[in-house]
Amino acid sequence: MHTLDDHAKDISEDAADEAGPDLSLEMNLKEQDTGAGGTIILFFILGLFASLVVGWIIFPKLLYSNKKQPIDFNHVFHVEEVDNGCESCHFFRADGTFSGAPKLAQCIDCHEEIQGISPDEIKFVEEYVSKEREVPWLIYSRQPDCVFFSHAAHIKGAQMDCVTCHGHMGESESLKVYEENRITGYSRDIWGKSIGGFKKNTWDRMKMDDCAECHRENAANIEITDIPTPTQRLIDHIVNLVPPGTSTFGKGGSVQTERDPCFACHK
Amino acid sequence: MKIGRRGFLSFVIGGAAGTALSPLPWKMMDDSSIWTQMWPWTPVPEDGEASYVNSVCTLCSGHCGITVRKIDNRAVKIEGMKGHPVNNGGMCLLGLSGLQLLYGPMRVKTPLKRTGKRGQGQWKKISWNDAVSEVVEKLRDIRSEGNPQTVGFISGSDRGTVSRLFDRFLTAYGSPNFMRMPSVRDSYELTQYLMQGVQALPGFDFENADFIVSFGSGIIDGWGSPVRMSRVHSAWQSADVKVIQIEPRLSNTAAKSDKWIPINPGTEAALAMGLAHVIVKESLYDAAFVKNYVEGFFDWKNRVIDKYNPDTVASITGIDRGTIVVLARGFANASKPLAVCGRGNGTTPVSLDECMAVNALNALVGNINKKGGVWAVSEPNYINWPEIEMDAKAAAGLQHERLDGAGSKTYPFTRYLLPRLPETIDSGEKFPLQALFVSGANPLYTHPDTRAVRNAFDKIPLVVSFSSYMDETAQNADLILPNHVYLERYEDVPTPAGMIQPVIGLSRPVVAPQFDTRHVGDVVIQMAKGLGGSVAKTFPWDSYDSCLKETLGDLWNFLMEEGFWSNTGAMPPFFGTSYETASGKFELINKDTGSIPQFKPVSIEGDEKDYPLLLIPYDSIRLACGFIGDPPFVMKTVEDSVLKGKDVFVELNPKTARNQGLREGQRVVLTTPKGKAEVKVHLFEGIMPGLVALPRGLGHTAWDEYLAGKGINFNALIGPVEDPDSGLDAAWGIRAKLEKA
Ligand code: SF4
Repeated sequence: MHTLDDHAKDISEDAADEAGPDLSLEMNLKEQDTGAGGTIILFFILGLFASLVVGWIIFPKLLYSNKKQPIDFNHVFHVEEVDNGCESCHFFRADGTFSGAPKLAQCIDCHEEIQGISPDEIKFVEEYVSKEREVPWLIYSRQPDCVFFSHAAHIKGAQMDCVTCHGHMGESESLKVYEENRITGYSRDIWGKSIGGFKKNTWDRMKMDDCAECHRENAANIEITDIPTPTQRLIDHIVNLVPPGTSTFGKGGSVQTERDPCFACHK
Repeated sequence: MKIGRRGFLSFVIGGAAGTALSPLPWKMMDDSSIWTQMWPWTPVPEDGEASYVNSVCTLCSGHCGITVRKIDNRAVKIEGMKGHPVNNGGMCLLGLSGLQLLYGPMRVKTPLKRTGKRGQGQWKKISWNDAVSEVVEKLRDIRSEGNPQTVGFISGSDRGTVSRLFDRFLTAYGSPNFMRMPSVRDSYELTQYLMQGVQALPGFDFENADFIVSFGSGIIDGWGSPVRMSRVHSAWQSADVKVIQIEPRLSNTAAKSDKWIPINPGTEAALAMGLAHVIVKESLYDAAFVKNYVEGFFDWKNRVIDKYNPDTVASITGIDRGTIVVLARGFANASKPLAVCGRGNGTTPVSLDECMAVNALNALVGNINKKGGVWAVSEPNYINWPEIEMDAKAAAGLQHERLDGAGSKTYPFTRYLLPRLPETIDSGEKFPLQALFVSGANPLYTHPDTRAVRNAFDKIPLVVSFSSYMDETAQNADLILPNHVYLERYEDVPTPAGMIQPVIGLSRPVVAPQFDTRHVGDVVIQMAKGLGGSVAKTFPWDSYDSCLKETLGDLWNFLMEEGFWSNTGAMPPFFGTSYETASGKFELINKDTGSIPQFKPVSIEGDEKDYPLLLIPYDSIRLACGFIGDPPFVMKTVEDSVLKGKDVFVELNPKTARNQGLREGQRVVLTTPKGKAEVKVHLFEGIMPGLVALPRGLGHTAWDEYLAGKGINFNALIGPVEDPDSGLDAAWGIRAKLEKA
């Protein structure tokens, strides 16, 4: 069976014959070599380039859908109005659990009546406050259901501030677009804006690797320090195939893994 | 430029290399692993604020205090209330599964009106206004025809404001036919009335007793207030209290007692009399108590000595003479002995003879109204409503005798005789029943001879069910006016079954009503208002909640705060002066009625020739057999030797099986004079030969797919047997036969 390539070769050989004697044949053969090699490289580069474009540019565009928050919210304005910074609305409940995004109950004191003329404010009062419906906020930092994260341990225990993980949310004047991962349903903010997973700031990503990074860096002050990143764990397993109980890793609370217990963070 | 094979391949290789260098595969790997944890059917509990609401469980007469954990507006867990006098943090399986009765599929979500034939399950939704006015219309017609007595009400209880509202409604309307579901309380009430002259609740000071003789009472199988009983039972084990369990089958209670004495079924009264014989004959009784506070002792003593010597009793009960004598001595010599009756979970009465005989045993050892004994507990008296206004129609209606015959010449002191109702309706000897209301009860399932009950119900032109669930009675009603479930409504909950200290609990809404249901108290008030005239005037309240608040007065705030009120320092009525009989003493022989503790066999249905075996029921804490059916969680705990798939097992002694030529797991047809059913055989050494035992609580035809169609309803195979002294249903079993299927 002839492929396109075979044809190409046939034709160029024919052309060489027409041109005459040995020398030209030699030349032509040389030319043909570099020509074919060039094409191969060219196609390789083309393929490489195309897939890089797909992977780095098109893929993220396809992966995420843009969603608008049900109503807009001005953090700057509200932070000025309240006394206690972020904790005025994102507070710890009496039992130590974290309240997350505020509920109507927190808004209703000021927003029983429409304040001002902003269309979002009108929508908020008419659609939600007066109908006693909670606003279905899209939570940028919502983690998969298997993740157990204690705000109390980090904020109260380790005295961290909100910005370390959530960035300068409190300085935003309006809510950014919620980019929803079409496969998982979670926000793009978990993986991070950079599709390559690169980050400049601590708040750029919220994956387990980022938890692990911070826990390792601050090992001296942190109780749970040997959190393996998923990548690391894979390598560990391959390199360190030893009978249980003889692992060179530090002994954690779990008998099976000899690490600190997984269930501290995984439900 | 032409694309050759090599070019194409290199394009692909380049593509692969580029893809590997792009985040695509790694990101896809990560996302797809998250995606696999996100199946839409994986339940994900909502996050939110946790809070707790204190309330009372009313799924049985145990009335445990509960603390319900909520996340935002959703109830997520029911726990026992710490410090509650009944359960102190404990719970039973059914109570724990209560959320399935709140959020489960068996709920009736709006008022329904029947469109097809009765029981066909064809309904149409109607509005509350239409439903209530339809009922009011009908009631008005009946009343204007001068037949208010033809309206009846079946209620799960007769205590607390809700039941009292039903009763009040009927009285103001002009009907005497308020009926309470039967239980062993009927027998105890009558016994206490005849022997002690008081109308009171039977209370048992188990916590302070040290020698328990239980005549078949399933102490850890649901008798009395189940969680309290299991707490008491644990305390007994550490305090070395002796527990003697007398019953024909090795129940859980029997297995956990100090001694299990198998007895021929239905002869418990004979044993009690035999024990009395030994105690009297050997003068082991409390002479001071008997001398000062007991009337009729000598007459009775002679009869006892005469008729119930241990040999005679041994031949009746199948228990050997030595055991009887040792048991009698042990009982009489203990410092705080206590005898108790009521088979299984106590939801069926026993014959008056039996209850009186057991009460007489307690009297002989002087433990009536005493620490560690049986008390006559009076109801906390907080329901003080204005007099009922009665017009001429009501007064005339109330002149009629009750349909069930309670309070009649034949049964003057029995208060309710619901099991007699179907027969009365069928016989047509009195007036016909034209409308029947059912609340907190499921008679079409729980009544013996379900087929006859259904036929009788079919003759009633209007049956209204207030059930929150599609139970058997609701399924066969004309109208369902669904009540809120117990986790959605206010209700005062009076002293739990068998407690000695008075308790008032407040059941309160844990969550807002989930569906278009309405508090039955409100519906009754609306019905009264709809009827107008004196009936409306009898109900001066706007709503049930305001009625309850007003009724409880100062208690309301206390209950809202604490969840329950209890008289922890409750003292027994002073045993010397607590008798309101003619003689002012504890009467062993009631002169008016001639009632006397004795043994007369209850003749059960069927003859021995056709039915060589005896079928008896048994109860288990894992099978709810009252107006509530098992929710799925509880169903899951029923053992494979009780129910496998849809097949229920009957227990059979291996000897009986050998005689009948049956083996383990064999499919057989169980026939009684009342009906037949296919069951499987389970061989069990713990049941006396000649008996067949079938669990109660299965064989529902209504409810949900998790419960319906599984096993056989024991009540479909047995009929009531009227106790000639009390009219109560004293059937303890029925004759039966087994044939290979
Ligand atoms: S014993 Fe009765 S009242 Fe107590 S939790 Fe169980 S069902 Fe509820």
